[in-house]
Amino acid sequence: MRTQSSALRSKDLLGIEPLTPEEITLILDTAEGFKEVSERPVKKVPALRGQLVINLFMEASTRTRVSFEIAEKRLSADTLNFAASGSSVEKGETLIDTAENLMAMHPDMIVIRHKHPGAPKMLADRLPASIINAGDGAHEHPTQALLDAFTIRERLGRLQGVNVSIIGDIAHSRVVRSNIHLLTKMKANVTLASPPSLMPAEIEKMGVRVVHSLDEALEGADVVMMLRIQLERQGKLSLPSLREYYNTFGLTPERLRRANEGALVMHPGPMNRGVEIASDVADGPYSVILEQVTNGVAVRMAVLYLLAGGHLVE
Amino acid sequence: MNVKKRLLDGARMTRAIRRMAIEIVERNRGIEDLLIIGIRSRGVPIGERITREIEAMEKHAVPFGILDITLYRDDLTTIAPQPVVKPTKLPEPIDDKIVVLVDDVLYTGRTVRAALDALIDFGRPKAVQLAVLIDRGHRELPIHADVIGKTVPTDANEVIKVKLEETDGEDEVLLMEK
Repeated sequence: MRTQSSALRSKDLLGIEPLTPEEITLILDTAEGFKEVSERPVKKVPALRGQLVINLFMEASTRTRVSFEIAEKRLSADTLNFAASGSSVEKGETLIDTAENLMAMHPDMIVIRHKHPGAPKMLADRLPASIINAGDGAHEHPTQALLDAFTIRERLGRLQGVNVSIIGDIAHSRVVRSNIHLLTKMKANVTLASPPSLMPAEIEKMGVRVVHSLDEALEGADVVMMLRIQLERQGKLSLPSLREYYNTFGLTPERLRRANEGALVMHPGPMNRGVEIASDVADGPYSVILEQVTNGVAVRMAVLYLLAGGHLVE
Repeated sequence: MNVKKRLLDGARMTRAIRRMAIEIVERNRGIEDLLIIGIRSRGVPIGERITREIEAMEKHAVPFGILDITLYRDDLTTIAPQPVVKPTKLPEPIDDKIVVLVDDVLYTGRTVRAALDALIDFGRPKAVQLAVLIDRGHRELPIHADVIGKTVPTDANEVIKVKLEETDGEDEVLLMEK
């Protein structure tokens, strides 16, 4: 039987930053194969039979946790969900102790979401299981960026040279950080726009263009990615009011006309309708927001599958 | 690897595939309910050619599908790197069809075992038959082919290399030694 020469180098997926363009392409190509599995009458393949995947969600999540869980089940893995509330974490156990206790049950993979950046890396360095970062603080959310890229590539046929404008709370967003790494590695053109208080200093050094108005960002965009205003992540709201934010940075059908013909509207969810995006746009003909959710399962299946195999190094 | 023998050239391969097409129609007394499915990767072009031969013979369209068995392999956790996964494409439901699975070489039978498992997840065919271009023996499972292009006795240290116009630029089958 034939095997492909390309593979992921690491046992873990901690972020997009350490990946090569070839590894990103491998994940996206593999996800194409998995998308079809979700359309079958029996939506399950035996690829990860007998493997235990622990979902360690130490921070609230619906979409990502459910998406991972579906991906795991469609690959026939055994899954165990572990949430911070109602667990030993509330009794004062440290992350390392929690992880080592879970490790004693021999999981093959751990999917972790944590409020502290670097928590997945800390586990990856200590545990033999494959660690998948499902979002760590404002650091990275690699599977979200991968599913965004998958959706763009599927709709537009390529990533290279695509103009992607990301608008909203740049400062508090791990999604934007992973997306910048991925899109610049794949040679897309990234433009960021947000109020000055939500734009990190010197972010241009990541190879992106920064503008300060929504109209400037929309001009010539092939993809418009709206970010949620993360009310829970800010010490205090560094905006005068949500109404003012909507008036200056909210995406409405009229403003969307400045973007290129047929531009895709994306949002990683959950949306604040009437804050960063108008309902008419979110539910409109250019919105691929629900496709992103569907593609998320295929992309996560691809990541689980690629990490589950025999490892090259070690 | 040294080439020991050229088992089939282009012309002989074409004739073998044509004969396989005739045998498939004969054993099913026509093409009613017939669905040809190629197993990725080289079962696909061979399956397509068989389908075209049958269509030319019977002057009627015959459905053709593609099956990717990667996720059903029994060695997924032991091989590295992971084999690449591609979509399965079936043109219609397989329920109550006579499915003819097509592959290039029948050897241990493990690919066919995986293909049967994969197929059953899509429905309940009336019957499943197996057509292979080369049967080289050394089965590790109780599986046999119904339609065979050429039977070749081999040693375990030999390798059969099937080359096809669509994937390799030319048609030939080589017997090689490791």
